[in-house]
Amino acid sequence: MDAPRPYDFKNLHYKGEGGVLIPLLQKYQTEDGYISRERIAEIHRQTGVPLSQIFGVATFYAQFRRHPVGRNIIKVCHGTACHVANAAGISRALEDQLRIGAGETTQDREFTLETVACLGCCSLAPVIMINKDTHGNLKPTDLRKVLRLYREKKAAGA
Amino acid sequence: MRILVGLGTCGVAAGAGATYAALLARTGPPNSSCKVGKTGCVGMCYREPLVEVREDDGTRWQYGQMTPDRVDRLLEEHLGKGEPIEEWLVWTSEGKGQEKAFLDRQQRIVLRNCGLIDPEKIEEYLAVGGYQALKRVLDRKDPDGLISLIIESGLRGRGGAGFLTGMKWRFTRLAAGKQKYVICNADEGDPGAFMDRSVLESDPHSVLEGMAIAGHAIGSTQGYIYVRAEYPMAVERLNIAVAQAEAHGLLGDDIFGTGFEFHVELKEGAGAFVCGEETALIASIEGRRGMPRVRPPFPAVKGLWECPTNINNVETFANVPWIVLNGAQAFNRLGTANSKGTKVFAMAGKIRRGGLVEVPMGISIREIVNDVCGGIKEDRKFKAVQMGGPSGGCIPAELENTVIDYESINKTGAIMGSGGLVVLDETTCMVDVARFFLDFTQRESCGKCTFCRVGTKRMLEILVRITEGKGTEGDIERLENLASLVRNNSLCGLGQTAPNPVLTTLKYFRAEYEAHISNRKCPAHHCQALLTYSVNEKCNGCQVCKRACTAKAITGEKGKPHVIDHSLCTRCDECYRACRFEAITRM
Repeated sequence: MDAPRPYDFKNLHYKGEGGVLIPLLQKYQTEDGYISRERIAEIHRQTGVPLSQIFGVATFYAQFRRHPVGRNIIKVCHGTACHVANAAGISRALEDQLRIGAGETTQDREFTLETVACLGCCSLAPVIMINKDTHGNLKPTDLRKVLRLYREKKAAGA
Repeated sequence: MRILVGLGTCGVAAGAGATYAALLARTGPPNSSCKVGKTGCVGMCYREPLVEVREDDGTRWQYGQMTPDRVDRLLEEHLGKGEPIEEWLVWTSEGKGQEKAFLDRQQRIVLRNCGLIDPEKIEEYLAVGGYQALKRVLDRKDPDGLISLIIESGLRGRGGAGFLTGMKWRFTRLAAGKQKYVICNADEGDPGAFMDRSVLESDPHSVLEGMAIAGHAIGSTQGYIYVRAEYPMAVERLNIAVAQAEAHGLLGDDIFGTGFEFHVELKEGAGAFVCGEETALIASIEGRRGMPRVRPPFPAVKGLWECPTNINNVETFANVPWIVLNGAQAFNRLGTANSKGTKVFAMAGKIRRGGLVEVPMGISIREIVNDVCGGIKEDRKFKAVQMGGPSGGCIPAELENTVIDYESINKTGAIMGSGGLVVLDETTCMVDVARFFLDFTQRESCGKCTFCRVGTKRMLEILVRITEGKGTEGDIERLENLASLVRNNSLCGLGQTAPNPVLTTLKYFRAEYEAHISNRKCPAHHCQALLTYSVNEKCNGCQVCKRACTAKAITGEKGKPHVIDHSLCTRCDECYRACRFEAITRM
């Protein structure tokens, strides 16, 4: 395993003595896309926080993923407004087309499908968010077109 | 003259970014007579993207649904010829426009600057009287008088429980301890609620100012904002606001040269609903799992790092500068006997005008739904409002004259909550609504208390069973029994209120539960397992349903009646929604 990285506490303004754990996990998830075993060990070496506590925190919060993710992350909103506007149908259609369930990643690592509690654009319900773009007022039949957009983006980029 | 684009999360989601770019591209160099600027959220989510033309004398013209293709005509007619485009106008400061009614009944204190100023420029906040309230309290140097003022105003915590804010401050002030903390709870986790996000995105400085005033009142030098990581724009704008306030000497070591020291730091939440509970929130800031603990001691005595801590919600803090500047009477003039001031609601669901509204306490539910929000979409029948999210309950249409104040809402079995108000119509199944919220609380339970962890799971299983048509006699009684056990044996608000959605729907819509169990029917035609789809004689073979069917269960040639294969049908409802001839029967 690599030597521990030099870690600049001051620069990242983690002042509170015990409060660094969650910001650290967030930082690594931003860098890697998920929290690997190696990262957990690394945090343990840097901070001295017990492994069990790090693992406990990493699995407690919904934000932290324990597995690598696809290139595009699809978040399907299942908030109240979306729920009454047929978010279940949107999820089902996505699952059918990508052939994966919620929380899973396609084999080609193109798409990860996630369900979230509320994206906060309730007046556009039902809403999905792909990476940073929001798509609102969707019907299950619109999704083929939306997904194609991202597949084409990849083709154009390659 | 300036053109302002509403760039909150909801605006951006509706495409305001493209409109902004198009406007920038077409208005030439920044030193031309017309400047393009950003602003926050006006609250008219249903007409996003919104663009405002503001003349130098302050006259405002608000345009709705301003997609980039409308930019050219706007520039040419309104800015070029000075002729406003009537059919796109939603609101003007002179009291015209199609959506006047939406704003007429509102009274804006918390949202006073939302949509008015650029949230990324402190100069604009200062120009509308920003940080004057902080200056005033620091000049007076009378924290006890300040606390009395907040108590007199009658401001109650807007996070949901409704505790008197001034009393909370007094407890923290009186608590022994050298270091004290102010925490702003911006972990708005209720699905269907987005008022705190809008305030943070549109007017972050008012929250910072409120926190600094609270810091002065209780004798604290350090504030934390615990904000959801799911709100990236709010985080970004708060960071900008903190940096700007520090640069202007409005936060930091020596504010206004009075020697008062107050720092604010952001803490990003990591996605746990239970962290909205104050002791769980503190645990999360300290870097532990967000699990609540027994109170007392209350955070006012023993909070963050064991120090006295004052926690208020975003909306509460945003009220504070206004109260300091306008006086307690101006605030407690509004509202009812025990609930003063205004309340912001995030309106969503089956209403015509969804968005953010701020209304005085004491207004009735009917007035909000009909007068402010324009009634139910597609002229369907108003069935209920869901208030307070997963901790709240459903108030039926019969009680639409219930007024908005803490006590009246509690009497119905719902709670005021943080302000999510989802309007339901006749097509919503109430059992399914209860199932939806139980599913949420069951997943978000931190697992500390057995009754919350296991009890909500058992309740959910019963509700799922009922919606799948497998309910049995006695299920309703079992639900009621479990509900009281979960409520009475949980430590924190999450567990204590988790049964509310079930209890209120049982109270007002018991017949729906009984129809599911005894007759195997869903009166709202919503629960899929209880529906069968078939094509009736109105079918003219247009093939729209065939194309809409994702399961390929519909067959039939063009021009001839179609048939649904029940073994393939997933009951996804798409054919029913797609058909323009009412040729699909749902039973």
